Amino acid sequence: MDIELQAPVDKNKVKNLKAGDMVYITGTIYTARDAAHKRMYEALAAGDKLPISMEGNLIYYMGPSPAREGRPIGSAGPTTASRMDKYAPALLDLGLGGMIGKGKRSKEVIDAMKRNGAVYFAAIGGAGALLSKAIVESEVIAYDDLGTEAIRKLKVERFPAIVVIDSTGENLYERIS
Amino acid sequence: MREINVSEITRVVKEMCISVNYRLSPDMQKALDKAWNDEESELGKKILSQLQDNLYIADNDQIPICQDTGMAVFFFKVGQDVHFVGGDLTEAINEGVRQGYREGYLRKSVVGDPLIRKNTGDNTPAVVHYDIVPGDKVIVTCAPKGFGSENMSRVFMLKPADGEEGVKAAVVQAVKDAGPNACPPMVVGVGIGGTFEKCAEMAKEALTRPVGEHSDIDYVRDMEEEILGRINETGIGPAGLGGKVTALAVNINTYATHIAGLPVAVNICCHVNRHLTKTL
Repeated sequence: MDIELQAPVDKNKVKNLKAGDMVYITGTIYTARDAAHKRMYEALAAGDKLPISMEGNLIYYMGPSPAREGRPIGSAGPTTASRMDKYAPALLDLGLGGMIGKGKRSKEVIDAMKRNGAVYFAAIGGAGALLSKAIVESEVIAYDDLGTEAIRKLKVERFPAIVVIDSTGENLYERIS
Repeated sequence: MREINVSEITRVVKEMCISVNYRLSPDMQKALDKAWNDEESELGKKILSQLQDNLYIADNDQIPICQDTGMAVFFFKVGQDVHFVGGDLTEAINEGVRQGYREGYLRKSVVGDPLIRKNTGDNTPAVVHYDIVPGDKVIVTCAPKGFGSENMSRVFMLKPADGEEGVKAAVVQAVKDAGPNACPPMVVGVGIGGTFEKCAEMAKEALTRPVGEHSDIDYVRDMEEEILGRINETGIGPAGLGGKVTALAVNINTYATHIAGLPVAVNICCHVNRHLTKTL
């Protein structure tokens, strides 16, 4: 089923998403990958505030290539999600609405998704040029020193993704294998 | 002795880094077209058609095919009658990478130390494999490697008794374990024989062989075809979301090995298998 989804997400709507649904995301999402996750995790351990609120937000596991003049962003496809598995449950417990990446997730992440009613979307890996077309604005809002790994606030319009693991833990990858 | 100024190497490396990240080689374009024709899953076909759109946009809008523009890997086959002048050859290669990644708007994805993990800011250093060969030419192959698929690569130190079947099973297992993480449809580079490091290097170099060209050793060619068939029976499919086309090719390189060993390396590459060769 093709579904239009507004971000940040309404957790009640997220619960209706099913593994295998094709969604088009419009609104505001945030990027974070390995280094930003490590830093957020350390901030939480130290009792510090995170640079972004997790509540209802979507994190896109992505580090873009540099933008040419006059363009919002460079190539912008997903990175492998499993590298964020160590950090994701803590963010899900803070209300993170969903994650966009590619590839498998750990049991701990799926348990945290079920516990908190969140979803995991896959965007098409290696389609960074195509996906960049759905990003209309990009602004670094934290951890600027991390370069491509900084946290970016993105404005997206009909960003295409597939629900791979839904909030009940139903997993499209498992269905295939 | 033929003299080559290393500034020429910098220029060539810079140009190769840029062009290889914006346009796939004709063999890869052709393989992706064939994949679209062969795929039977509706979703798989849709994904493959989006990958074709992605290539078109990358070339047309001058935006890298994939945001992971890789760690810059080079194979340098240097004729023994060549004399490099004008500076340090490896530094000239790194200068080409530095300029290419800056001027080509390519992502800087390299950290200077594997544990301290501070980004070097210019995508250097490159990984360069040198080989001394007869003649006075220099053959340069540029093959930047993304790490989504690199992370799913494996080395198996098999026993001689494991034989051909052991090798085939190991390669298929590596691909199954990689699944959606490695951005299928993949190209699978395999090295068989040599030593621990030699087989890994062969697997990497096998990825630079054009898709569609087979090993000139008969039994190896048969293995390439058989393993590809088995991989495409796994059902992993485009983006790991199911389908017939999981890999576009299996390229195997072999080398002599020790009486006690059967090393096998599997270097997996995503559908953005970038490789470009120039002869100077």
